[in-house]
Amino acid sequence: MRKFDVIVVGGGHAGIEAAVSAALMGCSVAMVTMDKHAIGRMSCNPAIGGSAKGHLVHEIDALGGMMGLIADRTGIQFRTLNKSKGPAVWAGRCQSDRKLYSVEAERVVSNTKNLEIVEDSVVEAFEENKKIVGVKTAKGEEIKCKALVVCSGTFLNGLMYTGFNATKGGRFGEPPAIGLTESLVKMGFVSGRLKTGTPPRLLKSSINWDILEEQPGDENPEPFSMRTPKDEFPYLPQLSCHITYTSPEVHKILEKGFDRSPMFTGLISGVGPRYCPSIEDKVVRFADKERHQLFLEPEGLDSDLIYLNGFSSSLPVEIQYEALRKIKGLEDVEMVRPAYAIEYDFFPPYQVDLTLETKLIEGLYFAGQINGTSGYEEAAGQGIVAGINAALKIQKRKEFVLSRNESYIGVLIDDLVGKSTDEPYRMFTSRAEHRLLLRQDNADRRLLKYGYEFGLIPEEMYRDLQMREILITKSFDYFNQKRISPLAINPLLELKGINKIDNGEIIGKIVKRPELSLKEVLENSGLNDDELVIKLLQNPKALEQVEIELKYEGYIQRQYELVEKMEKLEKIQIPLNFNYFNLKTISAEGREKLSKVKPRTIGQASRISGVTPSDISILLVYLKS
Amino acid sequence: MFIQDEDTIVALATASGVGAISVIRISGEKSIELVDEVFSGKIKLVDAHTHTIHYGKIIDSKNELIDDVLVSVFKAPHSYTGENSIEISSHGSSLIVKKIIERLIEVGARLAEPGEFTKRAFLNGRIDLAQAEAVADIINSRTEASLRGARNQLDGLLSQKVNFLRNSLINSSSLIELELDFAEEDLEFVSLNKVMNQLQEIEFEIDKLISTYNFGRIIKDGINVALVGKPNVGKSSLLNYLLKEKRAIVSEIPGTTRDIIREEVNIDGILFTLYDTAGIRETEDVIEKEGVNRSVETIKNSDVVIFLNDVQSGFSNKLFEKLKTYTNEDRIIKVVNKIDLDPNTKINCEVKISAKTGEGIDTLFKVLKEKAIGSETYSEKSAIVSNIRHLDALKRAKQFLENAKESIKEKLSGEFIAVDLRNAESALGEIIGRVTSDDILNNIFMKFCIGK
Repeated sequence: MRKFDVIVVGGGHAGIEAAVSAALMGCSVAMVTMDKHAIGRMSCNPAIGGSAKGHLVHEIDALGGMMGLIADRTGIQFRTLNKSKGPAVWAGRCQSDRKLYSVEAERVVSNTKNLEIVEDSVVEAFEENKKIVGVKTAKGEEIKCKALVVCSGTFLNGLMYTGFNATKGGRFGEPPAIGLTESLVKMGFVSGRLKTGTPPRLLKSSINWDILEEQPGDENPEPFSMRTPKDEFPYLPQLSCHITYTSPEVHKILEKGFDRSPMFTGLISGVGPRYCPSIEDKVVRFADKERHQLFLEPEGLDSDLIYLNGFSSSLPVEIQYEALRKIKGLEDVEMVRPAYAIEYDFFPPYQVDLTLETKLIEGLYFAGQINGTSGYEEAAGQGIVAGINAALKIQKRKEFVLSRNESYIGVLIDDLVGKSTDEPYRMFTSRAEHRLLLRQDNADRRLLKYGYEFGLIPEEMYRDLQMREILITKSFDYFNQKRISPLAINPLLELKGINKIDNGEIIGKIVKRPELSLKEVLENSGLNDDELVIKLLQNPKALEQVEIELKYEGYIQRQYELVEKMEKLEKIQIPLNFNYFNLKTISAEGREKLSKVKPRTIGQASRISGVTPSDISILLVYLKS
Repeated sequence: MFIQDEDTIVALATASGVGAISVIRISGEKSIELVDEVFSGKIKLVDAHTHTIHYGKIIDSKNELIDDVLVSVFKAPHSYTGENSIEISSHGSSLIVKKIIERLIEVGARLAEPGEFTKRAFLNGRIDLAQAEAVADIINSRTEASLRGARNQLDGLLSQKVNFLRNSLINSSSLIELELDFAEEDLEFVSLNKVMNQLQEIEFEIDKLISTYNFGRIIKDGINVALVGKPNVGKSSLLNYLLKEKRAIVSEIPGTTRDIIREEVNIDGILFTLYDTAGIRETEDVIEKEGVNRSVETIKNSDVVIFLNDVQSGFSNKLFEKLKTYTNEDRIIKVVNKIDLDPNTKINCEVKISAKTGEGIDTLFKVLKEKAIGSETYSEKSAIVSNIRHLDALKRAKQFLENAKESIKEKLSGEFIAVDLRNAESALGEIIGRVTSDDILNNIFMKFCIGK
């Protein structure tokens, strides 16, 4: 019988990060996937990143994950969103070559030491004394393991709908995973159903490109990964996306099919995401809107397919076709594959802990859509946390939990465990109360230390960061007391047409003017011989950090104060076996939610919906006994 | 929601309302230094030994006297809470207590939660689990009581109003967040001018609520009235009349050389506390001088002053001028007494009464009420703030809105504005017990067509 330290079920974005991180940490890992060529296959849009999602990719990268690297190597359009706003909401996004992404992901996994790909499907999991011990596969093999990470995506009892036509499957053309849900339910887990959808794929040559609005990528694209060498980036030729719109005429045609919609007729019971509604949902809910925007995204460099972002649907094929051909630019369109909705099993995430280990069975971890999330980046973020924790547990090392104030991944997992939302969870920057601190540009300053600690980040990179930190601190303090003379800076101010200064002014203060960059100020500071200034000007990464910290000093300071306040509550631990039924005085709802979630700290407890401030006070009193 | 055990907390320890002495308790690591900031005595309290009592004055921010007090010092761990603690014994006036507590909050204390002193005592091992369980019950029952309280009309209306304002704020926040998280969507983003106007409207409403605090306080704590007049104009007869006819309760404020008579009377559901002053004439007599000082202080602390004259000696201009130096003229009601002796008196006063027959007394209280509450009238349908914790939350919300407006003026990007909007929401949320931050996203999903 084969034996591995860790078995990872699934080769999607969560599975890749879980398997690779655990293997790099020295565990023997098996990735069980039905088809090794499907590793890293993008089920929905061929894109990585976006608002808040770009942040997640940078965080995964700083921890030593693979997503940023793979996206950089296979991206065919790179853009930074929100560039007109402040640095906290800048977010990288890329269009990927769908095929190459998967090829590159498979290559990364195959080349990872200690990591074996098993082309099979897990149908049953085994436990002894509430500890995971192994799995059984569809081919009948039993494999032993110390930890099991389930990253099943949409495959658990997946059911795809186009109109009333339902097909069993986890993705177009791929069979579902049967058996594992039932096995987990038998162990005592509670499962639920969620729904998501994907838009049609169109034939590239059938689109009237000339009349469509073009959306090119950035002129100077930025990679996601700090391990991507800038001089080789971008690796691939870059393509544009195009934009078109629906019309009232299109909406009328769609309405004709509502009586055959599996959603509207109640055939699909799973809850879909509000932020990613189907086109029919949009037409119904926003009836006064005359048009909805659609993006035509290339599927790859030599692909004939175009992904029609914004047109996900589960209406019958003929309705989809009829509607599509009334859209500008799609008059003669050929639909290669219709849109479909997919319904799948998930396990409401109050059943996992902040390490993503299940509370019920030791050594069993859930990551990705099985926890009710949506999105490749959300999945990958969980995957790396689950993989690292599985390895740490086997190696009897201290667990790894990211906090809300240091990462979006921490916000993600804390929200999942405490809130157990009933729709697929997607990350937004507004979910983070410390948004100004959780930026893409400082992901390494926040998280690289962990990646290094777990052996996922090379030492040289970590030392480089440490040197940079010293330079940042020194420069920040220096510029907050060093004055600049009117003589030196006024010509620049005059050139910019902004108020000149009469007396010497502190650099940290003058750089707060929105029109000025720190670089400009330093170059016109008369401090050309100053050693620190020279050093900083030669280090653009440090320069950027000092500039942001100086420019937004007051706001950043206020966020830190908020962090400190919250920390007090985060530090008060609640024992895992705490019996809330002993607390006669807390509210019934509070007691129920607390017993279900089993929060680790008072901070976590206070964020659970339904738990009142007075419940928390009582809990505090009891805890200190 | 924060529980800040390192905070210095303050609360009235004795029953609020009538009592000769009120005890205000302060606890926390920094409580002694903090009281030193407002206390003027022979020695600094930080230098005092534990379990010692010190006489001194509580001084306000303008260096003016709030009250003469006795301060007991308890040093950790030898106190009820186990922390450094102070007990201030002041004169038993709800106004004085309020001023002292507000002053302590000004220098950094915060108002204690119900049961918080006991909670700290427990957390510091000063009481055992059984006792703590009893406290937990108290905390809970008080919460339930406050829930019941929320159902009564005053609080219910305030909750409605605050809820409405918070929802408006969430709408404004949504507009800002929309642009941050959904920049790629085909949506019309809001102009910051519009957000600015919305914030201004919300702030205006918050200001209105803040301005009801005086009224709310009066509904709760009553109206303080100082009685001023030359000897023999009938101050005592007025008080005697109230004692007899209106069942007033008389008490004396002790601890002063010349005691001030205090009388509490409930008319139409409002509590009036009348202070008979000893006179404010210039004097060289040491004892009398102390009485004068005490009177002046009473006048300054009053919501309204009754300036009493009588038909025989006429209107006392000199005293009136003097009085105006201690209090704002529009707080003074000019009253002429003894109209039973001369019903047609020409003396120019707003209210004419006879303390002997009771004529005009009801009118007097009507005028008193108008003066104290101001020209603004609040019907039973208005939202009123009567709780100092609510007032504090509203003031903080206002400050955050100011910050947000400042960020808009400086043309900063939305995420900076959002920081303060979020804080303002949570301050308003404290009043109505809502703390979730998911409301903004929910609002966005409800109102805008999101999703490619």
